[in-house]
Amino acid sequence: MFDLFRPGHSFLHRLPAGTKVLLLAVSGTLVFLVDEIVIIVAFLAVVLTLYPLARLPLTSAWAQLRPALWILVAILVAQGLINGWFVGFFVVARFAALLLLAGLLTLTTRVSDMVEGMERGLWVLRYVGVNPGKVSLALSLALRFIPVLATITGEVREAQKVRGLDRSVIAVAIPVVVRTLRMSDEIADAIETRGYGP
Amino acid sequence: MLKDVCLRLTERRIGIVGSNGSGKSTFARLLNGLLLPTEGRVTVDGLDTRKDGKKVRRKVGFVFQNPDNQIVFPIVEEDIAFGMKNLGFDKATIKEKTEAVLSRYDLMDHRTHPSHFLSGGQKQLLAISGVLVMAPEYIVFDEPTTLLDLRNKIRVARAIADLDQTAIVVTHDLDLLADFDRVIVFGDNRIIADGPPGPALQCYTETMHDV
Repeated sequence: MFDLFRPGHSFLHRLPAGTKVLLLAVSGTLVFLVDEIVIIVAFLAVVLTLYPLARLPLTSAWAQLRPALWILVAILVAQGLINGWFVGFFVVARFAALLLLAGLLTLTTRVSDMVEGMERGLWVLRYVGVNPGKVSLALSLALRFIPVLATITGEVREAQKVRGLDRSVIAVAIPVVVRTLRMSDEIADAIETRGYGP
Repeated sequence: MLKDVCLRLTERRIGIVGSNGSGKSTFARLLNGLLLPTEGRVTVDGLDTRKDGKKVRRKVGFVFQNPDNQIVFPIVEEDIAFGMKNLGFDKATIKEKTEAVLSRYDLMDHRTHPSHFLSGGQKQLLAISGVLVMAPEYIVFDEPTTLLDLRNKIRVARAIADLDQTAIVVTHDLDLLADFDRVIVFGDNRIIADGPPGPALQCYTETMHDV
């Protein structure tokens, strides 16, 4: 998510982020209404064709599937043994097509554009007292600080190890939470100093 | 809590030193309204931090010790754009200013990279960039070189030296202050020395040896 965006000028890159998110949501819903394997395979083929059209190598499509490979295999085996191999293949093809489509969105859309698109899409929530600006900032912060929190956790774990504590969830979790809370104060100050006012 | 602090800051380069807990970071945060005084007042060009907080923060940029806590967007150019978007800059200006500041600090190749993977020095330069593009008249630095290696300390020191803005730098790095116009020394939440770097820093080091 953090470095997946590939800059480019293809029609998919130029398509507004909100439209892409909407298309993903609609396709994701429609494929669950279809029970024809031919349509699912055709959908998978169309999604795969979009990669070269977006000037992306097919290896990047593979990179989207690779982390979920074991899950796909597990689904295939479970469905195959319970409901038959045809159903197993159908479910896996559908899941793979959705993963590839979501990957395509990430590869062709900047995080900031996606967040902006989401902010525009959430404007209706203003009527129920939700500030879309705050939601989108929270989303950006979550994306930004996932790797930071991973680094903090690594540092705390190392600090525990050098003091002879190999595995203790609580001993790691408490200092991580304390450091994170301290960090959050400074982040709030930093946001304020940069002119943020929702 | 700071006591009996009455200062008028007019010099272009002002250093703030002091032992841990002496009140120097509190002082820095008072300058742009991140903290408000419980007694007395802080004004910037006539604007009271208590009444005109937003206007003061527009005038006074702030660079924190740990850039990881200051970089709020995952991608380098997005983070630089954040402050400008908040100030209502148009897209063309944001693009132009982002490119200019990235070139200035040799970060152009990292423009679309995740900020998390930058080196400590590059992160601090990114944090400075994010503040600079908002065109403040004054910039407060809270220990900007503390977490950096020597090479990156030199880079950040050069970046501060080359600024057109007034810089107020809280630091433990005394070398950084050699060419400054004025150094203020804090101790026990009071000012214990104030003047040109030579005598002020001598007073500070004597105090530190007096343990």
